[in-house]
Amino acid sequence: MLKKKRSDYTILRNPLLAWLQRVGFIGRRLVRVHEDPPVSSAQDVSASSGPGREDGVDIACPRVGLFVTCLVDLFRPTIGFAAVKLLENAGCTVEVPLTQTCCGQPAFNSGARSQAQAVARQVLAAFDEFDYVVAPSGSCAGMLRCHYPGLLADDPEWGPRAADLARRTHELVSFLVDVRGVTSATATFKGTAVYQDSCSNLRDMGVRDQPRFLLKTVSGLTLREAPEADACCGFGGTFSVKYGPISADIVGRKVDALDSVSPDLILGCDLGCLMNISGKLLRDGGDIQVRHAAEVLADMLQEAPIGEAN
Amino acid sequence: MESSATFPDNAVKAIADGQLRLALNKVREGFGSTRRQAAVDRLPEFDALRDAACDIKNHAIAHLDLYLERFERRVVESGGVVHWCETPHEARELILQLCQEVDARTVTKGKTMVAEEIGLNPFLEAHGIVPIETDLGEYIIQLADEPPSHIIAPAIHKTKDQVADLFHEHHQAYGKSERLDDPGELVNEARQVLRRKYIEADVGITGANFIIAETGSTVIVTNEGNGDLTQILPQRHIVLATPEKIVPTLEDATTLLRVLARSATGQEFSVYTTFSTGPRRREDLDGPESFHVIILDNGRSHLVGGPFQDMLRCIKCGTCLFHCPVYASVGGHAYGSVYQGPMGAVLTPNLIGLPTTRHLPNASSLCGRCEAVCPVRIPIPRMLRRLREEAHDEGVTPMYERLALVVWTWMARRPAIYRIWARLTARVLRTFSGRTGRLHRLPVARGWTQSRDFPAPQGDTFMDLWRQTGRVGS
Repeated sequence: MLKKKRSDYTILRNPLLAWLQRVGFIGRRLVRVHEDPPVSSAQDVSASSGPGREDGVDIACPRVGLFVTCLVDLFRPTIGFAAVKLLENAGCTVEVPLTQTCCGQPAFNSGARSQAQAVARQVLAAFDEFDYVVAPSGSCAGMLRCHYPGLLADDPEWGPRAADLARRTHELVSFLVDVRGVTSATATFKGTAVYQDSCSNLRDMGVRDQPRFLLKTVSGLTLREAPEADACCGFGGTFSVKYGPISADIVGRKVDALDSVSPDLILGCDLGCLMNISGKLLRDGGDIQVRHAAEVLADMLQEAPIGEAN
Repeated sequence: MESSATFPDNAVKAIADGQLRLALNKVREGFGSTRRQAAVDRLPEFDALRDAACDIKNHAIAHLDLYLERFERRVVESGGVVHWCETPHEARELILQLCQEVDARTVTKGKTMVAEEIGLNPFLEAHGIVPIETDLGEYIIQLADEPPSHIIAPAIHKTKDQVADLFHEHHQAYGKSERLDDPGELVNEARQVLRRKYIEADVGITGANFIIAETGSTVIVTNEGNGDLTQILPQRHIVLATPEKIVPTLEDATTLLRVLARSATGQEFSVYTTFSTGPRRREDLDGPESFHVIILDNGRSHLVGGPFQDMLRCIKCGTCLFHCPVYASVGGHAYGSVYQGPMGAVLTPNLIGLPTTRHLPNASSLCGRCEAVCPVRIPIPRMLRRLREEAHDEGVTPMYERLALVVWTWMARRPAIYRIWARLTARVLRTFSGRTGRLHRLPVARGWTQSRDFPAPQGDTFMDLWRQTGRVGS
């Protein structure tokens, strides 16, 4: 048996939190979030994630756990709902585990390996039971798929679970195209758009053509290519704040490159990069809009673009 | 030279330097991804060649002792001498001794980064020996009294006008009074001045792109032919190399040469590729009377068997610098190091320690473009992360950063508390944005908001909205 972790205790033991719940600031359902699915041994893990499980995927209606990502949760829920809509339209049953927070990249990329491992274990526990785990972000999906296995490689219990999760994890748009065979979007956008690759999607996840392929099917949308599309926008997570002047200079070049093809709309599949690009555009002034590709593909353009008022 | 320890300040200065911006923009247009890509596209088997190059280097590094000893035997057989140095100090003293043996007054130098690494020029000058750089880029920065800013293009931070001014100032002593403007004429003038130096020099010092165990040869590539004159005309040729330059055979060297120039400058091959095997033989028309190879370790052998062993594959093509967004913003001097950009950010902390260099591996968005173009597939982002881990574990990372991570992790592991934090943050930021959708200033993210707006949250968190829909969680 695993040792009971401190985080397993219900938050109600904390008087302040108990009070917050009483006054309704914390929802009742949230109290359940610390009930980690029990994991007794490595054997049980393999039993729940072996080939039988792979075979057991309901092709017509797979169960998808949505990894919302901390940025979408906090800054732009619209992307999360667009992801749900797209996944359901593609025949998936979507669930959102309430025990998820963040994928752990801030710790992982800052060299805090043991802290990243702790967060990774929590994500593994939360997404153990799904046929697929899908994130509307190449960066976070890349963390789960490309970095968790190495991060937990020396852990006999969690290592195999990480490898299993890696096999089930996908970035949203590539999942739609590659796994669900989606060939067109039922959406409309009148204008020209440019798709900006995120480095994680491009180089970790092999996602380059899938979003372009689907975006070209959006009615009224003309997709253009900007020069140096494979160059970083300068976001880099905490890098954008720790080394702000460098990050800002890099995004200055990126915005110039995007601007050179005169788009109405800049699209991408990673909110971090999009916030960086839109932040620079907003400061410099101009009328190019920035959105997540999922918003356009799901035809959910009611909300104002990133960084703009409704 | 600027210090690596003050990298963020160096970077700010570099970004504000108008001349540097002009130069760096030219670099991006001239050397950026298009030039390499065009060369790669012309060679369909390029990726297979990269794999072969990678295998050759891995094999050589795994058998360093075997091949280095074989190399030494071959050099001795061809009449040369191999010297083994562990530290920069030993290497400098040895070079001085080798120069003094032939009463050298002037020394011509081909481009060698190892000489920069050991601070050779100031050392020789202090001992009354005049070093003369013969690579055009190195020559320019020697006149300007600056360190190189790129491992293969040392004067790439200089604009043509700055070079014209430098030549005008320094070449008057050679009867060149006119300020030239045309690049071709500038190169010719430098050539004329340098020609005399080659003939006067007593010792020629070059680096080595590869050293070959099979033949005891050292190899350099140049585009100017300066290396040939540097090593052929003086009576003594000193090659300054490091252990990981070893390759088993001539054939292996040619494989590496095929990826080197394409990666570095987008050329099929460098204009001059020069193999040196021993001193002048009786039947040779020219060549040095003595041939010395110095193999300087300076900490490199410690990388063997460790997490940074892959770095020893590096063939110093410089393409990771050309493709790096950070390098494109700050140029080479900001790194405060002989080796700049992504490869430098891995190598420098390994050579001189993390306490003064911790910014180098941290100042990266980990975009991975360096690894994507590296001819020997060095996993640079992985190594940058590894260095960050070492900095974190050794307490080199500042306390406030580590503390912030502890707090963040504590919250990230407690979803219920995290939700409250997210809800509060979303609402507070939304309120401060005044419903404009953006924040002009954000004290905790000043680095961001100094020159960018910060997009504000939409208002509610996804998790809250999701719960309101009454949909399934789990």
